[in-house]
Amino acid sequence: MSAASTVPQVEFAAVTKSYGTGRVVLDAIALTIQKGEFVSIIGPSGCGKSTVLKLISGLTPPTNGTIRIDGMTPRDARETISFIFQDATLLPWRTVRDNVGLGLELERAGSNRRKKTTAALLELVRLQDVAEAYPRELSGGMKMRASIARALATNPRLLLMDEPFAALDEMTRDRMNEELLRLRAEQKWTGVFVTHSVAEAVFLSTRIVVLSPHPGRIHASFQVDLPFPRTALLRELPEFEALVARASHVLREALVQ
Amino acid sequence: MRRHLVTVANAAAVFAALVVLWQLILWIFKVPPYMLPSPWAVAKAVVARFPSLLASLAITAEESLGGLIASIVVGVLVALIFAQSRWVRRMLYPYTILLQTVPIIAIAPLILMWIGAGAPAVTFIAFVISLAPVIANTTQGLISVDENLVNLFLMHNASPAQLLFKLRLPHAVPALFVGIRIASGIALIGAITGELYAGSSRVGEGGLGYSILYASTQLQTDYLFALVFAATVLGFSFIFAVMFLEWYFLHRWHESARAPETE
Repeated sequence: MSAASTVPQVEFAAVTKSYGTGRVVLDAIALTIQKGEFVSIIGPSGCGKSTVLKLISGLTPPTNGTIRIDGMTPRDARETISFIFQDATLLPWRTVRDNVGLGLELERAGSNRRKKTTAALLELVRLQDVAEAYPRELSGGMKMRASIARALATNPRLLLMDEPFAALDEMTRDRMNEELLRLRAEQKWTGVFVTHSVAEAVFLSTRIVVLSPHPGRIHASFQVDLPFPRTALLRELPEFEALVARASHVLREALVQ
Repeated sequence: MRRHLVTVANAAAVFAALVVLWQLILWIFKVPPYMLPSPWAVAKAVVARFPSLLASLAITAEESLGGLIASIVVGVLVALIFAQSRWVRRMLYPYTILLQTVPIIAIAPLILMWIGAGAPAVTFIAFVISLAPVIANTTQGLISVDENLVNLFLMHNASPAQLLFKLRLPHAVPALFVGIRIASGIALIGAITGELYAGSSRVGEGGLGYSILYASTQLQTDYLFALVFAATVLGFSFIFAVMFLEWYFLHRWHESARAPETE
């Protein structure tokens, strides 16, 4: 194994984050995410889940401690990171196609590469038929798929997702989860996923990190040893339900603390 | 389409009713024609003096349109400065309110003194009075961008120019149109008010405001009504033109610009 591949994708060492008047949001976070992992971060509101993603992306600096992304500072690693937000955050004045191509356009990729990549991704998320439509004409699930395609268009090595499916109805959400795993099987990226839903975290992840609130600390971290590829049927297996029950239990512990 | 026809028919019915009421008032109260001319006399005045009516209309249209375009250009530029930081806004925003609250009638003689009577002075007055709504609405549009959209752009290392031209400016277009719609009406009022003071550098030639004043001194009340009617038509044309442009630029993506019958 070469030295480069042993460098973790994300490494937090004693990271603390506090805002303005000294309100501590995250306290002494030590977290290592290896390449190829899909880590879900769950925890009650106010535990700083979203702040973890903001720190990884370099959108906000840590108050103390160091963060390394693939051995680089978050700012330097930005080109290798894509962020999917809770809302689809599409530009309403652009067609679906131009929205998907936005990242490449901002990074000044050649128009040939942009066209090819955009077309390929529209197909990948099955939006090729509405490529020329405007976001307001799409359903919530389609908007989210466009948002995912946009994030994947810049070929990220690390994908950060901040409750991307929270606003969708349960059936759409389940389908989007299956689709996300399909995309992950095709494109090798490392995922960090923030969610409120324990079942969603279990279904998607190779590992779950549970945060406790006030201030945010890592309460527990455990592997999800369910085999890939995972399909909708997985949700009916007793192993799945057992893991959901266990995760829910740990989450309650975190809240009581 | 049917809905539009119904709207037009309703408006026409109300107009007819008002004309009838107007004529009834004349008959019942026996108002002398120099106080209130009959609808028929006004119509005759429109036809008889159509060339001069049209000339006045053209002058006022040019002045108010000039003032409006100037306030759109200057208003957007000022809004771009305001959008830079909260401090700039705090320091300068009170002055846009000042712009709105200073009674234009009070400073019109001053502008007349500076620029001299005629179209440039009137255009300037229309500009000053219609500037504030453009600044206020455009600024609001520029700064109300969703934080996550800004974050998205930052994640792709967007330059300040990309943030401005690909995010903030397009986002501000609907608000800009709200500003323009308000400003277009005010610019016309400004132009006509300005003309009352500084309407013409030559006797007998001027816009609607000037001609209204002139007609009233001559007791040509029928023509005065024709001029007021022309001013109303001009105001309507402005609003409809702005609404059309708004629809043209926004209907594909913005909710507010959707045609009512598609909903």
